[in-house]
Amino acid sequence: MIKVFERPKSLTDKPFHYCPGCTHGIVHRLVAEVLDELNIREKTVGVAPVGCAVFAYEYFNCDMQEAAHGRAPAVATGIKRVLPDSVVFTYQGDGDLAAIGTAEIVHAATRGENITTVFINNAIYGMTGGQMAPTTLIGQVTATTPYGRDEGMAGYPLRMSEMLATLEGSAYIERVSVHDIKHITRAKRAIKKAFEIQLAGKGFSMVEVLSTCPTNWGMTPVEALKWLEDNMIPHYPLGVMKEVE
Amino acid sequence: MSKVLMKGNEAIAEAAIRAGCRYFFGYPITPQNEIPAYMAKRMPEVGGCFIQAESEVSAINMVYGAAGAGARVMTSSSSPGISLKQEGISYIAGAELPCVIVNMVRGGPGLGGIQPAQSDYFQATKGGGHGDYRLVVLGPSTIQEAVDLVIEGFDIADQYRNPVMILGDGILGQMMEPVEFNTSSRRELPPKTWATTGNTGQRPRNIINSLFIDPQELEDHVNRIYQKYERIKENEVRVECYNCDNADIIVAAYGTTSRIVKSVIQKAKQQGINAGLIRPITLWPFPTSTFEQWAERQHVKAFLTVEMSTGQMVEDVRLSVNGKKPVYFYGRTGGMVPEPGAVLEEIKKIMRSVMK
Repeated sequence: MIKVFERPKSLTDKPFHYCPGCTHGIVHRLVAEVLDELNIREKTVGVAPVGCAVFAYEYFNCDMQEAAHGRAPAVATGIKRVLPDSVVFTYQGDGDLAAIGTAEIVHAATRGENITTVFINNAIYGMTGGQMAPTTLIGQVTATTPYGRDEGMAGYPLRMSEMLATLEGSAYIERVSVHDIKHITRAKRAIKKAFEIQLAGKGFSMVEVLSTCPTNWGMTPVEALKWLEDNMIPHYPLGVMKEVE
Repeated sequence: MSKVLMKGNEAIAEAAIRAGCRYFFGYPITPQNEIPAYMAKRMPEVGGCFIQAESEVSAINMVYGAAGAGARVMTSSSSPGISLKQEGISYIAGAELPCVIVNMVRGGPGLGGIQPAQSDYFQATKGGGHGDYRLVVLGPSTIQEAVDLVIEGFDIADQYRNPVMILGDGILGQMMEPVEFNTSSRRELPPKTWATTGNTGQRPRNIINSLFIDPQELEDHVNRIYQKYERIKENEVRVECYNCDNADIIVAAYGTTSRIVKSVIQKAKQQGINAGLIRPITLWPFPTSTFEQWAERQHVKAFLTVEMSTGQMVEDVRLSVNGKKPVYFYGRTGGMVPEPGAVLEEIKKIMRSVMK
């Protein structure tokens, strides 16, 4: 019998702790499939964030380091400088990357640090219970914007991919979504491309993945996918923001 | 090997290179700027890597990554910058990563000043960041000693998988003295089988981590680290006792201040006062038993702690002397350095009161 579907070698057997309907599981799988397909698992060091994906080190079946909140790009820099021939990636959420870790991601990108970042944007803090993220949309209700995000009080949602695409050190920046099969396939292609950019030594690569948080959005998983498509994509347009030759 | 005349900061940087440090991540702050500048020039010559990070926060997290990948790595800063590094230092201690951190202390609190001080003693020896942990804190008093302690500091860090701090000050960093680099007596060190080197084809995967969400697991982890600290206390205490035999009064001082005290002891002798010095070289682990022993001696009437602070190490001296003899304190702060004459006056004043 031919096996047509199996768990990627780059994932451990540990069951995910993620909430029902959360898209972290999908993105973990995509990253793992890419590590398998490029045959780089045995030379990869991943860096886990603080946030919902804090236990990523238990799921990715490669060497892993757990970083302080927002510091994954700095930790990855230290690793990559010591091990230039290895593959180094960070997996970070929107609070980690776009709030507390803004300086670290901007400077890793502008140094052209030859690492790959998988950036999960679900417009909310998940682990701590649904507070406003820097990427929370205007009007979006969260634990800390109970009347909806008001730009006069809380400013505007941050478009990280567009921002990082302006930097010379960024080699490849793409925003994707995982709200349906078609987009999941595209997301995988982007993640693969990002790792290939690193393997080619071209510089900093990042894939921003628009994701859902049904629990903290207060929706069913299906409603959440629809909400992402209707509300997030108009503010966070999909596509390649930057690609060097 | 011949001696060379070097500035403290540059000698410390060169010592790290000689100890095999090939990664340095820093951020400018006075009075330690010669260390990153020296590293920027020297690292490419030895095939190493220097990065000027975007902040002290980032620099210490680069140290975390590099140490976790198995490298010998160092960062340096001065007081306000060390405060910024505390988050990372706590994670490094929690994940049990070896590295060397240099603090060329300047006056605080806040932005403070840029002149020498010893006001980071509490921060260095009592943890500094959050959680139950300790750094091995080495307090050199000469540039030669700083060089020797940096070289051995890397070995101590690797042996115990714990961060080591060199606690200097602006004077030590800026002055010049003749030094030689002796790397002949190195320790036998365990291989870094725990490092995330990305070659999981040859071994099971490694995880560098300080998160233990299960309370029992975290308690076990903290207790295991604590047992390591007990071993460090047993094996690594260093202290210099100077002129303590028959001393009427023993002065406790470390680093730059201890040099001033040594000259005060000579002056006191000329005036008929027999004063000694206990100079902790390891500030953590603190040489508690040395103080205990001298406090038992009949001829010792009192202790005086002299610091460039309002009194930090004096608390450890008092805990060690444990009420057996009176412990006095004299300090200057803000970048002001204790003057020998003033310390001598303090000694005389104490002697008058205890001899009554």
